[in-house]
Amino acid sequence: MNNYKLCYKVAVVLAAIIVALLVGSIIILAVGGNVLSTYWIIISMPFKNFRSICEVLTRMIPLMIIALGICVSSRCGINNIGAEGQMYMGVVASCTVAFMCAGMPRMIAIPLCILSAAIAGGLYGFIPGFLKAKLEVSELLSTVMLNYVATQFYLFCIRIPLLDPNEKTGTPMSARLPESAVLHKFVRGTSLHEGIILAIVLAALIYILLFKTSWGYKMRAAGASSRAARYGGINVPKYLIIAMVISGGCAGMAGAVELMGVQGRAMSGITSGYGFSGIVVALFGALHPIMVIPAAFFFGILLYSQVNLQILTSVPPNLVQTLQGAIILIIVSVQMVINNPYTEDRFRRRFFSSIKKEAK
Amino acid sequence: MFVDIMINTLTLTVRFAVALLIASLGEMYNQKAGIFNLGCEGIMSMGAFLGMLVPFMIGGAGQVPGYVNILGLITGTICGALLGLIFGIVVITFRAPQGIAGIGMQMFGVGLAGTFFRSYIGGSQSITGINATAIPVLSKIPVLGEILFTHNAVVYFAYLMIPVCYYIMFKTPWGLHVRAVGTHPRAADSLGINVNKVRYQSLAVGGAMAGFAGAFLTLCQAKMFTADIIGGRGFIAVALVYFGQWHPIKIFLGALIFTFAQSLQTQIQIFVPQFQYYEFLTMLPYLLVIVVLAFNRESNKFGPASLGKPFNREMRV
Repeated sequence: MNNYKLCYKVAVVLAAIIVALLVGSIIILAVGGNVLSTYWIIISMPFKNFRSICEVLTRMIPLMIIALGICVSSRCGINNIGAEGQMYMGVVASCTVAFMCAGMPRMIAIPLCILSAAIAGGLYGFIPGFLKAKLEVSELLSTVMLNYVATQFYLFCIRIPLLDPNEKTGTPMSARLPESAVLHKFVRGTSLHEGIILAIVLAALIYILLFKTSWGYKMRAAGASSRAARYGGINVPKYLIIAMVISGGCAGMAGAVELMGVQGRAMSGITSGYGFSGIVVALFGALHPIMVIPAAFFFGILLYSQVNLQILTSVPPNLVQTLQGAIILIIVSVQMVINNPYTEDRFRRRFFSSIKKEAK
Repeated sequence: MFVDIMINTLTLTVRFAVALLIASLGEMYNQKAGIFNLGCEGIMSMGAFLGMLVPFMIGGAGQVPGYVNILGLITGTICGALLGLIFGIVVITFRAPQGIAGIGMQMFGVGLAGTFFRSYIGGSQSITGINATAIPVLSKIPVLGEILFTHNAVVYFAYLMIPVCYYIMFKTPWGLHVRAVGTHPRAADSLGINVNKVRYQSLAVGGAMAGFAGAFLTLCQAKMFTADIIGGRGFIAVALVYFGQWHPIKIFLGALIFTFAQSLQTQIQIFVPQFQYYEFLTMLPYLLVIVVLAFNRESNKFGPASLGKPFNREMRV
């Protein structure tokens, strides 16, 4: 490894972290909080005891599943920002199937629920994929519009067809899921549930799909350069659609896991912004299925800190969303700086002028 | 009853189309210069927050003099321009992929507005805002009078922006530069136009208009601020630019159609309460956008040729 190249990358990443922390500090100062104690609460509180670590891991599960799906679609060159809508569709499907499966053994009911969520999410991901591949509709627009459609459809579902018959106050929410469709907690009193197994298995599967199969190779080729891929005989539209279906399916499963493991019933706002946070996680994990795991853990910490910020400080929890946005802006900039040979050359001449550039 | 619904709907349409219209016209400048700014939603959110903050800080929930509301509009506009420039640093100077950067900008803007709102204003507070005034003689014209002449001054100012935008885009040298930079940046560069500078300028203009649209929402429409006040209008504004084929007049028509569908749905909820499936009516405008984008493939021809492509002067072609 070239010495200066490594130094360059480290320097850029350090600069990015400093910028991110600075942006956060400015916002915290502007709302009248204490910068150091706020950061300390964000970092230290999750490791206070076993329960808080479980809370972080619970938030990590849907983040990870969604981010895995986004890895597939982004590697294929299509931006899926409709994970929020696909997640809603997954919740509707798994909720419906869960009530149909009431009384069945868990070994049958749970896979059925998750499968139905994957199918619903996948079908919902198929729409923007098809529109992009066959009709050249920008997926950025169609997925966002479909998010709003899905939100309305979900609100309708929990207001009329899935409404809890025993609910008297008129709050739109479904009844509690039957026992056969609930994901169990590992330790009583903590929140970590069996969904994490699904998340880790999916990470391995997506890794194999992307890097060890010809489908994955073709998808990555289509994402790297769709024209070159087409010249090489790859049916690019087909793989775009497949990538979108896989991506939507993952988001749907995330919805099912969140419903069956955490909430226990479908109510409004069940996605709690995971669809957008998943994009940040996927980017933070460099669109690599294995790297997504630590990235999801880090953002699990951030999301969990929302709870602590509300209890312990005067800093509004919306700070976390702001930080996520700033992190996206910084990551995409950093990637471009790192991949820019000109800046790298300038850096080398500035700090490593004694080392001659190696002959290629 | 039908006549009532229609008159109400049309009146609401004329008033509520403004936010969408201004934001889309701003987005048109961005896209004509080749920048796909999906962060419109975030910029509008910040504009909306500042439009609320300024009158609230000065006069609380009570009556404030008119110039304070105007000050709110101006602050929102300036903040929008600044956010547009920040977005410019990311997508022009660092040449980041614009779709993802736009999502980042959206989360940043919405989150920032929410954070500041919680700590400076707290709960849901309302302001008096800018109230509608009926124009003396004209508003007495039956039907048309109520629909067209019972709005506040900002609405008329906003509709004045359509010809102004058209003129700037198609009849001034700067407009020509914007279009050149979005169509073929390399050719523009070889003729001595500073591509990145023009793109920064257009982002500032687009951001300012998005900020103005946001401030309009709080000051003239909702008269209060909530974290989700924009409710996807920023994204719809981006879609409307495609819908309107990058032309101010067609964007105006698109904004009218879209707002009409939305207002009709609220009116049906009010006048026909026994209608149970109103969520499907709310969906309709969004579905409409998708369907139009899908079946109007010709419209891509009208788009700027290097939309979404960063310009790198040092790169070989």
